[in-house]
Amino acid sequence: MEMIKTENLSFEYEKRDEEGNVIGTHMAVDGVELSIEPGQFIAILGHNGSGKSTLAKHMNAILVPTGGTMWVAGKDTKQDENLLDIRQSAGMVFQNPDNQIIGTVVEEDVGFGPENIGVPTEEIWRRVEESLNAVGMIEYRHHSPNKLSGGQKQRVAIAGVVAMRPKCIVLDEPTAMLDPNGRKEVLKTVKKLHEKEKVTAILITHYMEEVIDADTVIVMDHGKIVMQGTPREIFSRVEELKEYRLDVPQVTMLAYELRKRGLNIPNGILRKEELVKILCQ
Amino acid sequence: MLRDITIGQYYPADSPLHRLDPRVKIVGTLLYMISLFLPKNLLGYGVAVIFLTSIIWLSKVPVKFIVKGLKPIVVLLMITVLFNLFLTGTGTILWSAGIFKITDEGLRTAVYMAVRLVFLIMGASLMTFTTTPNALTDGLERLLKPLGKIKVPVHEIAMMMSIALRFIPILLEETDKIMKAQIARGADLESGNIIQKAKNMVPILVPLFVSAFRRANDLATAMEARCYYGGEGRTKMKPLIYKNRDYIAYAIMILYVAAVVAAGRFVEFSIWIF
Amino acid sequence: MKLEHVNYIYSQGTAYEKQALKDICLEFPDGEFIGIIGHTGSGKSTLIQHLNGLIKATSGALYYDGKNIYETGYPMKELRSQVGLVFQYPEHQLFEVDVLKDVCFGPKNQGLSEEECIKRAKEALRLVGLKEKYHNQSPFELSGGQKRRAAIAGVLAMHPKILVLDEPTAGLDPKGRDEILDQIAKLHKETEITVVLVSHSMEDVAKYVDRIIVMNHAQVMYNGTPKEVFRHYRELEAVGLAAPQVTYIMQELKKKGMPVSGDVTTIEEAADEIMKAVHIR
Repeated sequence: MEMIKTENLSFEYEKRDEEGNVIGTHMAVDGVELSIEPGQFIAILGHNGSGKSTLAKHMNAILVPTGGTMWVAGKDTKQDENLLDIRQSAGMVFQNPDNQIIGTVVEEDVGFGPENIGVPTEEIWRRVEESLNAVGMIEYRHHSPNKLSGGQKQRVAIAGVVAMRPKCIVLDEPTAMLDPNGRKEVLKTVKKLHEKEKVTAILITHYMEEVIDADTVIVMDHGKIVMQGTPREIFSRVEELKEYRLDVPQVTMLAYELRKRGLNIPNGILRKEELVKILCQ
Repeated sequence: MLRDITIGQYYPADSPLHRLDPRVKIVGTLLYMISLFLPKNLLGYGVAVIFLTSIIWLSKVPVKFIVKGLKPIVVLLMITVLFNLFLTGTGTILWSAGIFKITDEGLRTAVYMAVRLVFLIMGASLMTFTTTPNALTDGLERLLKPLGKIKVPVHEIAMMMSIALRFIPILLEETDKIMKAQIARGADLESGNIIQKAKNMVPILVPLFVSAFRRANDLATAMEARCYYGGEGRTKMKPLIYKNRDYIAYAIMILYVAAVVAAGRFVEFSIWIF
Repeated sequence: MKLEHVNYIYSQGTAYEKQALKDICLEFPDGEFIGIIGHTGSGKSTLIQHLNGLIKATSGALYYDGKNIYETGYPMKELRSQVGLVFQYPEHQLFEVDVLKDVCFGPKNQGLSEEECIKRAKEALRLVGLKEKYHNQSPFELSGGQKRRAAIAGVLAMHPKILVLDEPTAGLDPKGRDEILDQIAKLHKETEITVVLVSHSMEDVAKYVDRIIVMNHAQVMYNGTPKEVFRHYRELEAVGLAAPQVTYIMQELKKKGMPVSGDVTTIEEAADEIMKAVHIR
């Protein structure tokens, strides 16, 4: 069974003027066909307003489709009785680290999710400890979230999701508000969870450097999936990516530039070691 | 400047006071507050001083920290003292100049009021210093549970309080940032009369409200995403269970109140006019 | 603008005492495009708030136009209209009913006439590339990138001689980031204004600025052209920073014996260097 599957998924919202009259509609997600197998690491790219966050919010049933269907672990998100199951199978981490931490102490925040789904007390403690260990934040368990760095806050948020034992973690631009070190921290945590705990990871971002380790990269534009493939396949289409308001890592760009100037360099270089090796042959 | 406010903050430490059940601390603080209005002589307040000093010592919270918490009430304190000092007409006149006169009764009320107010704030802030906001709301939730029977949404109120407490420091910081940004754009926040000043606050309040709403919206989504759907069926990570130390604490509180009443009301004790 | 031995100590005399700036001596010559880099907490935010007098140094002197701004009677308000400071996420300071009015806020505070305010506001909005049709919209209805431009225009309309921007691209997508930076670079060329750009992105800084100031532990670590600074890429790494990816590639190639310069900071240069080397071979 697919972890996440959609069929002609659409989400339309109404634009209203100041009096609340409908003045038009906007298709935020437009006929998306998606199938994600368990255990994969998927990256969804797209510029701001491309519909990637709207799509992500469907995976957790925060939004339900206005057209088509979405199944999370086989359950239709439109059915109200599936809501809790879906939110437990697909946990979600959001962009702003300050606005998703509920607890005033790190460990209490991590315990919030398990509390909501009625996990017994001793089990909550076990899960909190495990989750904080998994994201490397155990030594901060008694700290106030306000005193942590952005990257640390996001790791706490991830632990909060992990504590609910999800099969899948959806991360909606978790690094957009972080500095480079924070970004690295969060990314490393996600990769570790994916590799060790075998959770399906769905990373939504507009930083290209973050997606080179993904199994599949999906590019969205105007609510539609416009590109889909391995990072190498996607990164070899530099011109197209530019059209979708995205860019590529410097190494890919340099390789592309050299190719344009007539050097015989393959498409879709991802790492600097690769390029150096090719150039030194 | 906004960061100087320590009242209502939590001071992390590992002390017997920190470990107490929040319900004990809430009830204890209430009893303590009442106790401040019971004595009729200085001896009663002496008992309160001893009690408060030992509790502060037990809490491991630096005295400096607690005293700093008194800063915001200095003005209130001054007004209370001055009003009582000069506007109490009855009693023997101790000193007078023109229309101002100080009577013994005025002096006594002024001193008692000042002591009560200072002790009240110190005691209450000690409770927040030693109890995490979450524990505090948990305690309140449990104490007010009986009200749920008459359809008071106790869980929701407690949740609102804990969220408010978590966001106070964030919003204070945000206010600071917005103020700086507007000052950088030449905004004048100091000069002018009251109406002018209120008008000058608009560039700060509007962005602050917008931000607060945005945060509220985000937070609501995040809570939903983590399966929050109200108090029903929730378990507790830190359920409140009374331990022996909590019963002992209750006993100490009762003894303390009894001691205050005994010393403050039934023992003949007076120094000068007090 | 010139800083001499500026020290700043947070919460002096309390348990939280922390030196945020240590003996800073810097010059900001007219018309230069300067980049400030450093990780979170290195003192760069504190430094820029000194430039327009929002924070007063604990000791040291700050000269603007040859006058020490800490002398009694120095017109602080005047300084603030000369040094425009754009904070991080500046769109969070928007408050007026429409964009034009919001941009007018700064000039109005400077005591300019209604017409002059509007004239300046329109000019500033043109400079940031925000079209006329948006002028009468509520700033809250704009997209993220547009909001940010409106906020930058709000500072530009005050006609500052020095424009300081604290991470103007945080949270924007790649295209939005390029647009803002290109706009700033254009502005710098057109108006000969001094620009100080605080950034986390080495790639951006290398591409645009004349000179880089690296802050670390409250001190100036390096101060020089991008080439000079990024030559110390190893030292930068040791303090949690890095040179642009191309610098690494070129260093690597050089080490492998390719006749290229290691002092390369942009993709264009790198491509030129490699092509030269390849043709020699």
